[in-house]
Amino acid sequence: MPPFQTLIDQHAAEVMAVLRGAVGRSDADDCFQETFIAALRAYPKLHDDGNLRGWLLTIAHRKAIDHHRARGRRPLPVERVPETPVSDPEPLDGIWELVGALPPKQRAAVTLRYASDLPHAEIAAALGCSPEAARRSLHEGIKRLREELA
Amino acid sequence: MKNAIDRLAARAATEGLLDVAYTSADSPFGPLLLATTPRGLVRVGLPNQDAEELLDELAARVSPRVLEAAAPLDEARRELDLYFEGKLTEFELPLDWQLSRDFRRRALRAIARIPYGQTRTYTEIATSAGNERAVRAAGTACGTNPIPVVVPCHRVLRSSGGLGGYGGGLPMKEALLQLEGAAG
Repeated sequence: MPPFQTLIDQHAAEVMAVLRGAVGRSDADDCFQETFIAALRAYPKLHDDGNLRGWLLTIAHRKAIDHHRARGRRPLPVERVPETPVSDPEPLDGIWELVGALPPKQRAAVTLRYASDLPHAEIAAALGCSPEAARRSLHEGIKRLREELA
Repeated sequence: MKNAIDRLAARAATEGLLDVAYTSADSPFGPLLLATTPRGLVRVGLPNQDAEELLDELAARVSPRVLEAAAPLDEARRELDLYFEGKLTEFELPLDWQLSRDFRRRALRAIARIPYGQTRTYTEIATSAGNERAVRAAGTACGTNPIPVVVPCHRVLRSSGGLGGYGGGLPMKEALLQLEGAAG
């Protein structure tokens, strides 16, 4: 098994980018800590070091889902808050920058679908909404990304 | 990003998940790689040694939970700085001997007791380690010393008075002996 620092050197930026996409910039740092602490805890017992990047990203996605679930249990102050895009002073590479600028629900739906490869039902569970609502957020997010990229 | 990684190392330490912390430290000979476990300094990499190889070895032999973290090595860096300035004659750092065993560990412990500015021969070290005929093995113990400088294998010479060998290269051995005023 390579020294754990190698995993940080090689994959921390990507994990952070995925988490910023999944949970937003302000909560990404906490999820990042949770992800790497969980990984560090499990690391010596890991048998297969063939796909450490995939392993880390899977943990990150689980932490993002945990985060959404915990948030889903909290009462929402108002039904619909104005969704201000997250502005990111450090530009991220390529698509994650655009994903990061989506409204929170769309951003989370897009990340969970395409980075974590979750089915709609699980995205819905993670976001605490109906599968139709999850599908709609995803659709709107993708539409917006297409427009941005066009 | 850097902040997030620093916080991670600090949290790993408080949760008992930082098995090996390492950092690099300046020396008059070039950068040293310092590695510590919660028990103490476990490895010093000399400037001519490959840092990546050394970290791989630590991951394999101590624990793969190896993280770059300067704070756990502050004291080691401080003592080494003073030593290289000629202001420290005895290291007080806790050491972790787990990378050496049996005869080699006994030989290294004997080496650790050689006072500053003095030298011993490989034969004397072999004798202190319990086997006066194991002179070659005493040489190997020096050559594989995981904690050079702090465990001063540079203070061990040939019975003939020759310098013998040194993992960091003979010029470094000579310079250390000179620093300590032990060069003949």
